[in-house]
Amino acid sequence: MYDGGKIIVGLIIGLGLLLSPFLYNAGKATKAPEPQLTPKAKEAKVCVANTNFMTTKHMQLLDRWRDEVVREGKRYYKSPEGKVYYKSLQVTCLRCHSNKTKFCDECHNYMGVEPFCWECHIAPKEKE
Amino acid sequence: MNFIISILFSGIVVSVLVLIPWVGVAAFDLRFLFGVVVPYLAMAVFFIGMVARVIGWGRSPVPFRIPTTAGQQFSLPWIKYSKIESPKGNGGVIIRMLFEVLLFRSLFRNTRLEYRRLANGPKLDYEWEKWLWLAALMFHYSFLVIFLRHFRFFMEPIPGFVHILEKLDGFLQLGVLPVSGLNVPSVFLTDMLLMLALTYLFLRRIYIPQTRYISLPADYFPLFLILALGLTGILMRYFIRVDITAVKTLALGLFTFKPTVPEGIGVIFFIHLFLISMLIAYFPFSKLVHMAGVFLSPTRNLANNSRMKRHINPWDYPVKVHTYEEYEEEFRELMIQAGLPVEKQPEKVEEQSEETGEKE
Repeated sequence: MYDGGKIIVGLIIGLGLLLSPFLYNAGKATKAPEPQLTPKAKEAKVCVANTNFMTTKHMQLLDRWRDEVVREGKRYYKSPEGKVYYKSLQVTCLRCHSNKTKFCDECHNYMGVEPFCWECHIAPKEKE
Repeated sequence: MNFIISILFSGIVVSVLVLIPWVGVAAFDLRFLFGVVVPYLAMAVFFIGMVARVIGWGRSPVPFRIPTTAGQQFSLPWIKYSKIESPKGNGGVIIRMLFEVLLFRSLFRNTRLEYRRLANGPKLDYEWEKWLWLAALMFHYSFLVIFLRHFRFFMEPIPGFVHILEKLDGFLQLGVLPVSGLNVPSVFLTDMLLMLALTYLFLRRIYIPQTRYISLPADYFPLFLILALGLTGILMRYFIRVDITAVKTLALGLFTFKPTVPEGIGVIFFIHLFLISMLIAYFPFSKLVHMAGVFLSPTRNLANNSRMKRHINPWDYPVKVHTYEEYEEEFRELMIQAGLPVEKQPEKVEEQSEETGEKE
């Protein structure tokens, strides 16, 4: 090779950067998040929508509700089952899901998501 | 090739690449194949292919400096020379390479030749043309930021730079006002810029006649592939959501060699994963290999020191020569007999041969 030393060094640096996820995770045991439901949430069985919708799209629902409540004053949501909910994070959502650290944060920390709910809303007080 | 055929061909290939995982996962439930086997194969092709390409380039001799410079070269100390554009040592070369790799300086010098007919005759102009450079810069940096943002799926715990990038990328909170249909406040700037830049680069290709003429399916295909990749990503983030914790579990499984395919990941994710697998597998065989090749650009990474250092061609064939001295040695006696002049006289030769004979 011509200028082999420089080329090999460059190649190793490049490969190292691209393989960094393999190197970084090597030997680390990671655990998938397991959000816990409170007894009250378990008892209720259904949320405002089905579980699949809530796991994937709850942020969109909250975003839409926030706009509807704050800008249009529409405070009530009628679910497909016919049940009416009061749109409020603190009054409705957190009544069941009062365990923020075991429910919300479990996945949010895993995914590195920092929702700005708590810039305005008061995080629920949890019993240790 | 006709540009419409090129575009159609590339478009059809990309559509097929979208349909393969779609059918494979939605109809045949081949989640392990598309979630684990294909990504591993693609990574293997990428890494082996890239190493092979770089080693191949390394084995090609670059015997002479190619002083394609845009500046005065170093000659006499009192003549000012261009330290970066025409460097004489490694320091200048490193700075020139940094400009090239990070800021695409060669592209910045792009000009457009324009031929116009004016009232008083034809006119030739070299137009200042920075849009290609701007779109290229926008595309490459957006892609880099998007790639680095994806490290939140690749690493656990998530390193700090990912959070910084996410914050900066979403700080305008575009979802609140200009693009409120996207259902989340932090709409990433780079998502929009990537699509914008790609669209521009595609339109530019078909809008400028000369560029259209030289464009091949190999030019349209990567554009369409990355457009499809970006589109599926945007769809997945803002519209057709998938369970991203499950996605991260899958990604971490790949990177720790303990592959798992969690339940309940939507098909759109497998399409996205298949497209990126195809993209990285395509890298070593296509123009995309400039990712590694840019570092080996001979016109950029060689110091312009031809006046100071002799560069010997390594592939010069070892020609067998018969010098005049050897010739005379062989035929001296015959030459003297024929009356030809010789440089060394025979008496001297005898002495020398005796001496060498003693040595032997």
